[in-house]
Amino acid sequence: MHLFRTMHRVMLFLCVILLAPISQSLAQQDNRIDINSLGQGNFSQVSDKIAKLSRTGDIKLVPVFEALAAGDLYVRKTDKVVFIAKANSNVLTLTDTITGTSAGEGAKADFERIKVNNNLRRAVRTAIGALTLLSPDREVRLRAAYSVFSSPSEDALELLETAIASEEDGPIKSIMKQARAAAILKSDRSLDDKRAAVKTIVERGDRDALSILSAAQGNADGELRKDIDRALEHLHSVQALWDAGQNIWYGLSLGSVLLLAAVGLAITFGVMGIINMAHGEMVMLGAYTTFVVQEVIRSSYPELFDWSLIIALPLAFCITGLIGLSIERGIIRFLYGRPLETLLATWGVSLILQQGVRSIFGPSNREVGNPTWMSGGFEFGGMMLTYNRMWIVIFAAAVFLTLLFVLKRTRFGLQMRAVTQNRKMASSMGIKTPWVDALTFALGSGIAGIAGVALSQIDNVSPNLGQSYIIDSFMVVVFGGVGNLWGTLVGALSLGVVNKLLEPYIGAVLGKILILVLIILFIQRRPRGLFALKGRAVEA
Amino acid sequence: MISAFILKSLDRNISVCIAVLAAVAFIVPALNLLVSTESIFHIPTYAVSLFGKYLTYALLALALDLVWGFCGILSLGHAAFFALGGYAMGMYLVRQIGSRGVYGNPLLPDFMVFLNWKEMPWYWYGFDHFWFAALMILAIPGLLAFVFGWLAFRSRVTGVYLSIITQAMTYALLLAFFRNEMGFGGNNGLTDFKDLLGFNIQSQGMRASLFAASAIALAIALLISSAIVRSKFGKVLVGLRDAESRTRFLGYRPENYKLVTFTISAMMAGIAGALYVPQVGIINPGEFAPANSIEVVIWTAVGGRGTLIGPIIGATLVNFGKSIFTAQFPEIWLFALGALFVATTLFLPKGIVGSFRQMSRSRTTRKRADTPEHLQVDKVGDKGANLPAESLAAE
Repeated sequence: MHLFRTMHRVMLFLCVILLAPISQSLAQQDNRIDINSLGQGNFSQVSDKIAKLSRTGDIKLVPVFEALAAGDLYVRKTDKVVFIAKANSNVLTLTDTITGTSAGEGAKADFERIKVNNNLRRAVRTAIGALTLLSPDREVRLRAAYSVFSSPSEDALELLETAIASEEDGPIKSIMKQARAAAILKSDRSLDDKRAAVKTIVERGDRDALSILSAAQGNADGELRKDIDRALEHLHSVQALWDAGQNIWYGLSLGSVLLLAAVGLAITFGVMGIINMAHGEMVMLGAYTTFVVQEVIRSSYPELFDWSLIIALPLAFCITGLIGLSIERGIIRFLYGRPLETLLATWGVSLILQQGVRSIFGPSNREVGNPTWMSGGFEFGGMMLTYNRMWIVIFAAAVFLTLLFVLKRTRFGLQMRAVTQNRKMASSMGIKTPWVDALTFALGSGIAGIAGVALSQIDNVSPNLGQSYIIDSFMVVVFGGVGNLWGTLVGALSLGVVNKLLEPYIGAVLGKILILVLIILFIQRRPRGLFALKGRAVEA
Repeated sequence: MISAFILKSLDRNISVCIAVLAAVAFIVPALNLLVSTESIFHIPTYAVSLFGKYLTYALLALALDLVWGFCGILSLGHAAFFALGGYAMGMYLVRQIGSRGVYGNPLLPDFMVFLNWKEMPWYWYGFDHFWFAALMILAIPGLLAFVFGWLAFRSRVTGVYLSIITQAMTYALLLAFFRNEMGFGGNNGLTDFKDLLGFNIQSQGMRASLFAASAIALAIALLISSAIVRSKFGKVLVGLRDAESRTRFLGYRPENYKLVTFTISAMMAGIAGALYVPQVGIINPGEFAPANSIEVVIWTAVGGRGTLIGPIIGATLVNFGKSIFTAQFPEIWLFALGALFVATTLFLPKGIVGSFRQMSRSRTTRKRADTPEHLQVDKVGDKGANLPAESLAAE
């Protein structure tokens, strides 16, 4: 026996010196006992065991915890050994908890699943977060810091302090500090520690900070309570500002969508005095052009996918522009001087285009993908900005500026403005007004087409796409006034922003109704919109 | 005096049309109820209901024609008045269900029970009584039209702008009625009706009576419209339509004339809706859809705006076509409707009746004296800057 113990010591010595991995296996032996004990006891006992395990800081425990949270951890009924297992009908594919190697298969009946509830899941999340705090991988550490922060627990404190001491990456370190502060608030540390923790958390200034402090508020009293109250007040006001900022951003993005949809309409309405009811269908055709371009790219040139929108833009402009030109030449030019009838005829055209698209592409929504540079988003302070919305705002601005340039700085624009202001005089000065009309209509339709390319990124591409924008576009044009691009800009942006600012208070639908009513009332005050053209020509 | 006024307003075409409608109001129900089902003269009940529906559409188109064809106001919101009248009728019919609903609640309609409401909203009070519902059928569309028109006409909103804000109005109502909180059954609307005036709404007799009521309502509306159009009031309306500024300079107040006409027209549309709902058995917010209002415009345009008989013919023809197309070739219907819009505006700007009259007039100059004067609008003078852009380029 003695001999055996000596042998064992020698072996151990050798192991430590020469075979370091085997030394680990001893520590693992400890862990294995604890892991196997996960199979017994009630939820709160299991939770304590998880906390104990996580304090070892052994990163290899992470898969076990993940399996536990996912409900993939089983106990063998015969010897109470715990395995990670994947169930496949009645057979379990077993994985060893420590080595991560396969441990064969077993019948489901011989095993019992370890049940988890939400409290346990939270404990597991914290444990995983704490364990991965020391990971060499920066990304993993960052994620761990976040997860510990979002479910702070006293058990993670020691590990956090170790991690903070060894952390060199600035941002991760500050998140860890915040996580530590959050954990301190839940622990029974000294008052000074807690007050310092409140300060650390307030610096975050976001919703998370708000919820952590709100949770802590209930348990606090005296000085700490005052501190927390003050901090919460501060956070609430900061949050309100960010919320307003976020809503204004949403409003701007809605406004640019409206601007894109309405600006072409405004041009045709301004120059020709007619409302083009088929305008929404031009938007829809632009979106379908994007769809077709993406289909071709997917099947033939998948490497070009990120370029699909840039390819679709000129195509959509040309296709819808040409359709617009043919509508003008084929129908509208026979109806001059009868704007209300043009409205009816273009409504007819819109029905035909809708049904045409429905017959070709089917009535359901078509999938239009986002290129990589348009998906995702980033956080700016307390605001979330998505790339697709941001690009649409930029795109709308670009379209608007280009149009402004065309109208103010080119010969065609000059002629267009002349026709808008006084058709007869322009005609007498040698401007071919029918030609200007046709090109204006084509331009307006083309712009609707490229608006469709942009809208395909944020809306469902279906034959009804245009219908959903047409009334809003009318509102923008009528509100902004005719014959002035700035009117359309102001109209679109203010409608967008007001809409989104109203939404949190009275809901989307009531907000929209209210805006419609407000516009109806506004038209009573200014029958020609915000920026009306002045002079006799308007009466004609 | 009133009868003299009305008699004076009748020309031969209108009298014939009213006589035909009156005859139809009696003959069709008789052929449905009294003739045995084997006889070739028997009219099946579904056909009675179908044509009853067309008659209500015709009434709606006539209402629109009164403002568009004679007053130059292209309302793209007439379906709203139609639907409001329908909802008023629907509310009465829902109250008649009593405790026979799915939940068997004697006090509340099914959808309110479903939404867990404890008591009826105040605006449902009174709809137990037919007289009150009948009053509301006239009052609600009329009041909305009056307020809307008072605001719009006073500030001289005309032409395309007016069309767009009427469209905004019906769109806003559409969104509002979709909300459950409004207390009108939300998305599903009002349906599952049982009785009207104590008689089963599904019964053959009730169907035939509703048809007769629709035909008579249309005849009366035609009579009233004809009286309006042929009076001095009507002449001013046509003047407004063709040269609003000139009429104003002559000392007339356009806003008053327009307001009266718009309100009367809305009430007619409300009656049409009220007759429509019991015949189709449901009213839901879809009736407020802007596309519906535009469709009414095309019925009127096809038949011939500025003629009173035209919209009746147009509404019946287009809807008959729609019934056939949507049953036989559902794919093609929207193509056909779209083409109809384009073709009517391009080739038939005066509609079937208008073109027919023009043809018969140009054939014999003698007949010119017989044409209703309201069609011989003045076309003298230049089309100067003061002529409203939407002036009819007819004739």
